[in-house]
Amino acid sequence: MTDLVSNGGRFAAITQRPPRPEAVVAAHTRRRYARERRFKLIGMGAVILAIGLLAILLATVLSSGAGAFRQSYAVLDVRLDPAKIDPSGNRDPEVLADADYQAVLNDALVSAFPDMDDRQGRRALRAMLSAGSAIQLRQMVLDDPALIGSTVPVRFLLDDERDQYLKGEVDPGIPEANRRLKDRDIALIDRLAEQGRIETGFNWTLFTNADSREPEQAGLRAALVGSFWMMLICFFLSVPVGVAAAVYLEEFAPKNRWIDLIEVNVNNLAAVPSIVFGLLGLAIFLNLFGVPRSASLAGGLTLALMTLPVIIVVTRAALRSIPPSIRAAALGIGASPLQVVFHHVLPLALPGILTGTIIGMARALGETAPLLMIGMVAFIANVPSGPLDPATALPVQVFLWSDSPERAFTERMAAAIIVLLGFLIAMNVIAVLLRKKFERTW
Amino acid sequence: MYTLAIILVMAAGAYLFSRQRAWALAGGRSSALHSRPSYHGWHAALLSGGPAILLVILWFLFAHSIVGAIVSAGLPEAVRSEPSGALQFFMQDVRRLATGLPLGREASPEALDAAAAYARAMLAGNWVFGIVGVLLAGWLGWLAYRKVDPQFRARNRVERWTDYLLLSAAAVSVLITAGIVFSVLFESLRFFSMVSPLEFFFGLNWSPQTAIRADQVGSSGSFGAVPLITGTLLITCIAIFVAGPIGIMSAIWLSQYAPRRVRDVAKPLMEILAGIPTVVYGFFAALTVAPFIRRVGEALGLNVASESALAAGLVMGIMIIPFVSSLSDDAIKAVPTALRDGSYGLGATKAETIQRVILPAALPGIIAGFLLAVSRAIGETMIVVMAAGLAANLTINPFAAVTTVTVQIVTLLVGDQEFDSAKTLAAFALGLFLFAITLVLNIVALYILNRFRERYD
Repeated sequence: MTDLVSNGGRFAAITQRPPRPEAVVAAHTRRRYARERRFKLIGMGAVILAIGLLAILLATVLSSGAGAFRQSYAVLDVRLDPAKIDPSGNRDPEVLADADYQAVLNDALVSAFPDMDDRQGRRALRAMLSAGSAIQLRQMVLDDPALIGSTVPVRFLLDDERDQYLKGEVDPGIPEANRRLKDRDIALIDRLAEQGRIETGFNWTLFTNADSREPEQAGLRAALVGSFWMMLICFFLSVPVGVAAAVYLEEFAPKNRWIDLIEVNVNNLAAVPSIVFGLLGLAIFLNLFGVPRSASLAGGLTLALMTLPVIIVVTRAALRSIPPSIRAAALGIGASPLQVVFHHVLPLALPGILTGTIIGMARALGETAPLLMIGMVAFIANVPSGPLDPATALPVQVFLWSDSPERAFTERMAAAIIVLLGFLIAMNVIAVLLRKKFERTW
Repeated sequence: MYTLAIILVMAAGAYLFSRQRAWALAGGRSSALHSRPSYHGWHAALLSGGPAILLVILWFLFAHSIVGAIVSAGLPEAVRSEPSGALQFFMQDVRRLATGLPLGREASPEALDAAAAYARAMLAGNWVFGIVGVLLAGWLGWLAYRKVDPQFRARNRVERWTDYLLLSAAAVSVLITAGIVFSVLFESLRFFSMVSPLEFFFGLNWSPQTAIRADQVGSSGSFGAVPLITGTLLITCIAIFVAGPIGIMSAIWLSQYAPRRVRDVAKPLMEILAGIPTVVYGFFAALTVAPFIRRVGEALGLNVASESALAAGLVMGIMIIPFVSSLSDDAIKAVPTALRDGSYGLGATKAETIQRVILPAALPGIIAGFLLAVSRAIGETMIVVMAAGLAANLTINPFAAVTTVTVQIVTLLVGDQEFDSAKTLAAFALGLFLFAITLVLNIVALYILNRFRERYD
């Protein structure tokens, strides 16, 4: 109580002075009230500033990422010339697979722009479409060889720079030398639009494709699948062990030095920087246990170690909130200590444990740094088919795209963040709803 | 994997049969048994499944090391006499070949032979341990089945084992810490055998060169960690300057002034800041804040690096606002109402009460919160990896580019690495340093918090 005495002394000093004229006292009071108001305003300002910064952050992400959910396509009438695709006419799949689809595509482009039929013109036309367009044609023919010989309208992905231009992200006012998209390309795109050959639609590629060097073909599939495996492994490892550890520490542990050590240890683990867990994963899982590099298994194991202390802490809090009378009543009718916990306390604590678990998993889902340590930053162009395949995770994909200079990758990076935040928000909403639904006061 | 499934099925079978037998022996009256039938079932399941599963998992964990050792012992003399780095490299190839992964280049005949031996040994080991595991499960399950008897104290046994299981789960956390300490310490000691600790802690020059081969001349760069540490401290200081005032003032306003309704909305909103993944903050820092600061700096005629410490520090500050705020909030709430009422009774305004009574009383808790926030900032990785620089500049100019401990760990370990070079090991030494610093900060913070709590209870 020393604080009160010293502060009280200060007030006492004021009252001991000889009485002053009332105006002076009133002025003094006014000053004190003004200070009070100022202090209050500063506090409110701090809260507004913090929430404002959050708003700016979210607005930046949304505004830079929204565009990536739309993609422009060029619709061209492609004549699938039998002479070019299948000269022999016997529909041999190997011949069909080896045919020169780039030539077919070139014909379609030139027939749309007959005046561009020279070397340079053709190159400009080819650059307009995504680099994978010829492969798309090949796949189409292989899927349905009956199309050969007919003329079909085909939707091609537009190249990323042209897509950005159509979204208004490229300013034609900048000097041509400072642009990746030259005047000639812009004119071409404008003509394509005039012909009504440009469509925009939802960017499904973002969810159906894995990563790619071409921004318009890059997607999140590999990251989503990788994150899914990691969350699965993380959940099935960290939750049983974490809950068991928490039950032991909260309900059964004797009071001794070893248990104290474990408790201090859990608290400290919860505060260890995540990157250190990455070093642990690298040294133990990769180098000692021989888990393949970049595999979701390694990521899931590392994240499980990181999530474990979180699960222990939240489970202990949930167990502590169960009143002792429940335990006493169960013990009183002859349950063994273990039956008390498993038949009575744990079921009652389950909603709390679940809520905490979801929040812990949400944290693991957003974690990036430890995954960098175990080689999950590889360029993954194939969708992983199991937990041992090289994979990447949603936040790591964000990090990977941040290294690419193309504007379209920046846009996709923000879109990946939106997807990631979407998952996190969904998980947190579920946690809040669970808590609301099962909340009970004892 | 199949072995595990078979053992699990056997354990389930042991459960069902033993429970059935217990029922039969009791003649349908559970009062005739010491333990309820399901405990007899659990007893059999745990006895049959437990040791067998443990055995198989241990084999899975260490198969790679054991087989690797066997294969490398059987290698031809010419390969074995190579330096340890090359041997390790060779074994990596062997492992890739054995698991059927593409090597990306022509494999030597020795490697192919070793890979075949590796795959054979692996397969043999899988079979041996699989069969031993299944037999063990069957034998123990049979023993447990025979033991079922109305007098048998199955419940007590099951409960004792469950107790041990729970204890071992609690001990896992100690294992993790031990794992961190040993893996990091071990590699750090190897690092310090190459680079003297004196140079590491006091050297002013950091440039870990990339060596193509381990035995190359001049492959050892200079490993003075001082620029990294000052860089980390600079960014942390900026972050604390941002988060400290905002965090404390918002905690004060929310707990003392805000109407209940506003608090119920504003508090969760601020908590969102803590839930946003750090990579999102990295995006914000690198693509929005850094260019903004650069433009402002240029308008003021300052020379601002495009990866300035200021940008990373500011955004990190935003990230740790909720930490400071919620820990200060706890500390303020813990101040007894009697102190507050006493101050009001003497005619102090709310602001005066807060400034002269509550804050001094809550100070230890607030300081502890600060220390936790500092440790969080020091260990933060993604913001600095994306927004801070790579060049190790020894400066305290917030407009210059600096690098941090975590950034260097990431740059040293991302990409292809050789496990023996000083460059890779330096990352572990930095990791040890990071672990030690954050550990000390946390322990000090907890100590302060505990002292503080004792004062008013």
